[in-house]
Amino acid sequence: MSVTTEPIIAAPRTGRIDPKYLRSKGSSGSFEMLTWLFMRLSGVLLVVLIFVHLFSNLMVGDGINGIDFGFVAGKWADPFWQFWDLALLWLAMLHGTNGVRTIINDYAERDGVRFWLKMILYVATVVIIVLGTLVIFTFEPCLVDGAGNLLEASPAFCETR
Amino acid sequence: MSTVTEAAEPASKVDLGTQGGGSGEIQSFDVTLKVRRYLPETSEESYWDEWTVTMYGTDRVLDALHKVKWEIDGTLSFRRSCAHGICGSDAMRINGRNRLACKTLLKDLDLSKPILVEPIKGLPVEKDLIVDMDPFFQSYREIMPFLINKGPEPTKERLQSQEDRARYDDTTKCILCAACTSSCPVFWTDGQYFGPAAIVNAHRFIFDSRDDAGDLRLEVLNDKEGVWRCRTTFNCSEACPRGIQVTKAIAEVKQAVLNRTF
Repeated sequence: MSVTTEPIIAAPRTGRIDPKYLRSKGSSGSFEMLTWLFMRLSGVLLVVLIFVHLFSNLMVGDGINGIDFGFVAGKWADPFWQFWDLALLWLAMLHGTNGVRTIINDYAERDGVRFWLKMILYVATVVIIVLGTLVIFTFEPCLVDGAGNLLEASPAFCETR
Repeated sequence: MSTVTEAAEPASKVDLGTQGGGSGEIQSFDVTLKVRRYLPETSEESYWDEWTVTMYGTDRVLDALHKVKWEIDGTLSFRRSCAHGICGSDAMRINGRNRLACKTLLKDLDLSKPILVEPIKGLPVEKDLIVDMDPFFQSYREIMPFLINKGPEPTKERLQSQEDRARYDDTTKCILCAACTSSCPVFWTDGQYFGPAAIVNAHRFIFDSRDDAGDLRLEVLNDKEGVWRCRTTFNCSEACPRGIQVTKAIAEVKQAVLNRTF
């Protein structure tokens, strides 16, 4: 009886996982957890911010008929509404951006497409947030024409200055 | 030897009541099966194949597939082992929903139209209804589906209170059929997501009071492709043939990751 060495047979399917399914071991830290949490918290805040915004604009006083340049200018003369609208702008933009980022991650099939879609998204977000913030804080309610006279649309409080 | 004559044993020790006349009373009907075929040795393209077979009210989709394979077309390929909803081999897409063929009664389906049978989605099809389950089991392995206990080896079983056992009872029911993972639209997109099944099996150990490696598993699932890719569409809960509240289990794991961090 001769001693034969057992032929080494690889286990079935060894190393045959479709590379498409292999996860890159990129350590993302807790970023995804933080964005998940942000979506929940900002969502709750946005419900309050948006409905108070809608109520104060559309229901109080003259309601929808009262909205004009002067109305907006008057609101932004008040630091309370400045920060209210600032919070609304930032939270809505970041909440929406993160939502679209998620959709891009889910639906873009090629890495290149995914990357560029996200770049466009981020650039658009930054531009809107920066512009919006600038407008809220540098808004000039009392516009004058070339001769230094107040424009007709100016809010009432400009007259007293 | 006893001389006492015993009363003859009845046919059944259970009172069966008045019974019907056997299989003659079971309704029979013609069923059209429309199966998504893929035969890589003959064609790159998959196609639909249709058969009409006479089946009975007690039959399941699996019985219809058997009838086709055994009596009409032997090339039809599918997996099944126990055929009784325990082994988890025959998960397939029946009329657009992930079901076990062995647990889906024909009489519960709309028989006026052909019954659509497709392989589960999101995994590479190997032949007909057989898919490559390796990516699925790879994710399962990564969450370490075994008891890890740092304490000394006990001399008898590890005791646990009934409350502690009940905490993860739901997720012990998993049979790894992949019906949940292959019903998940996030898994369909790129197959990178760990998938409901892996998270359910992680849940089974994370919430087991005897296990010490919950943190390790939470770390694995706090990945970009981990629990945070769940969009709570509830497809997995709907698909689970064992009735596991899969989406709830995933939510509990999310909560556990958060509690661990904050």
